[in-house]
Amino acid sequence: MTTSTATRPPGRLLPAPVVAPLERIRAGDAYDANVYSTVDVHWVLYDRVLRVTPATVDDPDRDRFLLSKGHAVAGYYAVLAAKGFIPVDWLDDAGGPDSRLGGHPDRTLVPGVEIGSGSLGHGLGLGVGTVLGLRAQGRTTPRVYVLLGDAELDEGSNHEAIAYAGAAGLAGLTAIVVDNSSASHGWPGGVASRFTVNGWTAATVDGHDHDALHAALTGHDGHRPHVVVAVDTPRHPAHRPADADRPEQAGRSEIQAVRPDQPGRSVAGDGPTPGSGK
Amino acid sequence: MTMRDAFVASATRFLDDPRTTIVLADISADAFAGAARRYPGQVVNVGIREQLMVGVAGGLALTGQRPIVHSYAPFLVERAYEQIKLDLDHQGVGAVLVSIGASYDRAEAGRTHLAPADVALIDTLDGWTVHVPGHPDEVPDLLRDAVCGQHSTYLRLSTRSNARAYPQAGGLHVVRDAGPGAALLVAVGPVRDEALAAVADLPVTVAYTHRPRPFDVTGLRALAGSEMIVVEPYLAGTSARVVAEALADRPHRLLSLGVGRAELRRYGTAEDHDRWHGLDPAGLRRAIGDFLTAGAPVG
Repeated sequence: MTTSTATRPPGRLLPAPVVAPLERIRAGDAYDANVYSTVDVHWVLYDRVLRVTPATVDDPDRDRFLLSKGHAVAGYYAVLAAKGFIPVDWLDDAGGPDSRLGGHPDRTLVPGVEIGSGSLGHGLGLGVGTVLGLRAQGRTTPRVYVLLGDAELDEGSNHEAIAYAGAAGLAGLTAIVVDNSSASHGWPGGVASRFTVNGWTAATVDGHDHDALHAALTGHDGHRPHVVVAVDTPRHPAHRPADADRPEQAGRSEIQAVRPDQPGRSVAGDGPTPGSGK
Repeated sequence: MTMRDAFVASATRFLDDPRTTIVLADISADAFAGAARRYPGQVVNVGIREQLMVGVAGGLALTGQRPIVHSYAPFLVERAYEQIKLDLDHQGVGAVLVSIGASYDRAEAGRTHLAPADVALIDTLDGWTVHVPGHPDEVPDLLRDAVCGQHSTYLRLSTRSNARAYPQAGGLHVVRDAGPGAALLVAVGPVRDEALAAVADLPVTVAYTHRPRPFDVTGLRALAGSEMIVVEPYLAGTSARVVAEALADRPHRLLSLGVGRAELRRYGTAEDHDRWHGLDPAGLRRAIGDFLTAGAPVG
């Protein structure tokens, strides 16, 4: 059941089990595109990669998933609900005065959530510390996955962590960068090169291809930290409006823009809106 | 032996507990080199990366380690303040932060190495313990209390020191009793000797503490009359809020002495800065004398 998809909301291909919870948390509102850029990664991680279940959220030998870009939370909550970490009815009043589910996650309020995040650039440092703690305790089984965005890499704190993790050979660490080309100044040479130059292994894959994501997320070599760049391509069906065959609608999923460093390249319009995070 | 030496020796002994991890950002890495060889997994030097240093401490604590995080005061507390707020407090985990440098230990280094606001900044957070030892011999017990606890603690070390140690002065410890009704002076950490010298000819009771947070409110209420003086080796007024709240139900006057806010743009020595901030005995004597005179009954 892992790669079956459904078309809810219109035009967006989503992992089938998260459609209902996502609809429930959405409650008719529109979502930032980052939900769709990231939900496939969330799903593949929890469905096929992470060794953690609702029964093992406090097991010291569990795998850890740290959502660093904390605004990508709707898909995260939907997957946690689909996998039984949180009751589905929690989704109904997300953000409400008595809700445990906020616009950014709080680890002390949500079972299975490893870190509270929202301010960008905190997850990778916390992940490095988590790997070091597990290593000090002789726990070789757990792996630590940290999900970031390409614009989040603007924060210098990430580069402190990338350089140190490579130098220290933190083999238990996997960073996942969802690249939806939303960094204001881009990453000439590609996101992966920021990691590989520091001694990481890297895989760059289609961020909506579940089998490719699975292969990349399990493709670490056991000696070095690993990065998976999950590219959210504007041409992917996930971005195709339901009525893309109507000429007057076809362009609405993209905002045409030209980057000064890459003349002629168009930038997908699925980056963050102002105030929605990066 | 300096406070830093005492800290390095004590912290190294805690590495016998596998749950202890020391996190450094190059500063003092040489001093911990031997410990790093003996406990390679428990001494982490991330290089000159203070955001990562605190983030790593948060991650370590999430796995159940007890991190001791150490650097120069402005780099530890001010540079990565959001990491302290979010990677420790917001995650619901604790760490032991240990700084050197204090307000102006290295005055000749200039503004970049001065951190008079560190305790005030930590005081914006909830539930932290702050230790400001006044003597190297006070450091081991304070570090033990901090490392054996669960919540977050800030231990502020300095090259400045009193002549004598009071290892158990978390609560207010009376070092000079001027009798009933006398004004009460609370001296925090290494300013005790200067404060005692300043009031030698004045009817002032002097109490010492090396733990400004949580402040010994019970001791304060037992000792305080209507005239209160607080002398702190960091930003003046840092504890004014605590004292005002503790004495809210009784008429009192409060004189808060400490390091001024203005950037002096002067180098010199720590003793020079004491004088410029009025924290030398003569400066303290002037301020306290004026305060007591102003409050004296007319006629």
